[in-house]
Amino acid sequence: MSEKILLKGNEACAMGAILAGCRHYFGYPITPQTEIPEYFAKHMPEAGGVFLQAESEIAAISMVYGAAATGRRAMTSSSSPGISLKQETISTLSAGDLPCLIVNVARGGPGLGCIQGAQSDYFQSVKGGGHGDYRLLTLAPNSVQEMMDLTILGFELADKHRNPVLILSDGVVGQMMEPVSVPEPVTSFPEKPWAAVGAKGRPKNIINTLHLNAAVCEERNRELQAKYKRIADAELRYEEIDTQDADLVLVAYGISSRIALTVKNRARAEGLKVGVLRPITLWPFPTEALRRLAERVKGFLAIEQSAGQMVEDVRLAVEGRAPVAFHGRSGGVMIQLDDVEADVRKLLGR
Amino acid sequence: MEEKLVFSRPEALTDMPTHYCPGCHHGIIHRLVAEVIDELGVRENTVGVASVGCSILAYDYFNVDMVGALHGRAPAVATGVKRGRPDSVVFTYQGDGDLAAIGTAEIIHAAARGENFTVVFVNNAIYGMTGGQMAPTTLDGQRTQTSPAGRDPHLAGHPLRMSELIATLSGPSFVTRTAVNTPARINQTRKAIKKAFELQLAGRGLGFVEVLSTCPTNWGLGAVESGQWVDSHMIPYYPLGVFKED
Ligand SMILES: Cc1ncc(C[n+]2csc(CCOP(=O)(O)OP(=O)(O)O)c2C)c(N)n1
Ligand code: SF4
Repeated sequence: MSEKILLKGNEACAMGAILAGCRHYFGYPITPQTEIPEYFAKHMPEAGGVFLQAESEIAAISMVYGAAATGRRAMTSSSSPGISLKQETISTLSAGDLPCLIVNVARGGPGLGCIQGAQSDYFQSVKGGGHGDYRLLTLAPNSVQEMMDLTILGFELADKHRNPVLILSDGVVGQMMEPVSVPEPVTSFPEKPWAAVGAKGRPKNIINTLHLNAAVCEERNRELQAKYKRIADAELRYEEIDTQDADLVLVAYGISSRIALTVKNRARAEGLKVGVLRPITLWPFPTEALRRLAERVKGFLAIEQSAGQMVEDVRLAVEGRAPVAFHGRSGGVMIQLDDVEADVRKLLGR
Repeated sequence: MEEKLVFSRPEALTDMPTHYCPGCHHGIIHRLVAEVIDELGVRENTVGVASVGCSILAYDYFNVDMVGALHGRAPAVATGVKRGRPDSVVFTYQGDGDLAAIGTAEIIHAAARGENFTVVFVNNAIYGMTGGQMAPTTLDGQRTQTSPAGRDPHLAGHPLRMSELIATLSGPSFVTRTAVNTPARINQTRKAIKKAFELQLAGRGLGFVEVLSTCPTNWGLGAVESGQWVDSHMIPYYPLGVFKED
């Protein structure tokens, strides 16, 4: 570990990708993620890699598909409307067992929405933004350090499971500056005997997701479901803070979890028993952890920069064992600490 | 008497029977691409990008590493493949709906960037795979399932001449239109495909070979009449020739 350096979230993400051995970036400008392609435009040439500004988000993710098919660590990034455009290929990357990294520095929607950070792409990320029964391993950084660390982890997990990985960040985490300790570059990479690089001395490799026969297609779906189960079993990540004795647990990811932590600290200072559960993977989701907590807490408060999306998964996990309240702002407006504190007091009868 | 082998399957084709209809030219064009790959000795170094259309199963027919692209995206996928492995030989194989409608942006920009791969563009003036709907290349007055009274230019505009359009760009090294409805034209098409591959090997940028093809099934014609229809209807609007050569 070197000394800490001050970086923007988006820069940390791009820097992390280069450290992770990514040498193929394809993207299209959109606020608030544009520092990512700009970083690569500057630094890919010196890293001996490819930065290419594509003609659209659809072309960019298609290029990622091509580079990933040849076994390269490849990525794209965008913000909400651009991520919507990529969905057909994201489904196909998962169906084709192609590892890659996709970064969504989300902004307020729906439609063109606004350029301020928001968390209203949760459904799209974890419920299948594209078509078919597929799953996207989704990581939600809540700091500039995690923009770097989860990017590196994302490439590792993508290769490990041969599935695309999504970093669901937001315009606030992407734009804010924090000190980061920069890890050593990744030096060992998995073999990819399945890659399409020319059939020298072996039978040809095919990357394909078409199965004209429905029975064959169902069999392929069974294999895919087995892959998703392996991911769900192995890659769940979340953080519990002060939940042991908590009466009220705040559930929040990404930028909202930073607000939740501050609210929790203030509440604890007043003697209120408040804890925080922060999902780091949004899929898989910490369903069991929430269910366990539901047996003993008085309630939950889900906090999101949206009109209420993740809260549905909290309710599904809790299954009515405890009340689940919601606090959110949508359209890219920041949640205010005082407003959340007021909700906390009300829920605890203060 | 000594036996001399005069005809065999190119190594770059598998022995899988193709699903193409009788009289369809896709099979001939596959064979020409495979022969060129064999002649140049690049089979073990080639990555083909199949598209969405009747040739979707090309990934089964070519005996080279294959990547199946989504509808229209083959030039962007091939961009990723070639940028991923600059030493490999890369080609796309695309129909006219794929290349000239849903994938127009991808082909124009791959060509504009002068991406160093070869495009085999099979123009049969119709959407074959989905059952004979109007394509951007369907001729004025041509009847299809979605232009039952014949293509009406007031409604649908005139068909796109992709070779002429691509030839206006500075990126491509070679742009040509050929056909395979006579033995002489088959030979010319083989030469054109070979030239495009050779230019790729020389690092000269995108080669674009448009091949006029048939769709007897959806044209509602026999195999022989379809070949004649290429002469009587297609070539007058889609003249054969070289449109760009660096
Ligand atoms: C996104 C998307 N839209 C539509 C389709 C349906 N589709 C499959 S093939 C095809 C047309 C192919 O026509 P063409 O490219 O001319 O090839 P041909 O079949 O004539 O060889 C269409 C519209 C699809 N698979 N994906
Ligand atoms: S439908 Fe047309 S293009 Fe498709 S295989 Fe048959 S003849 Fe060929």
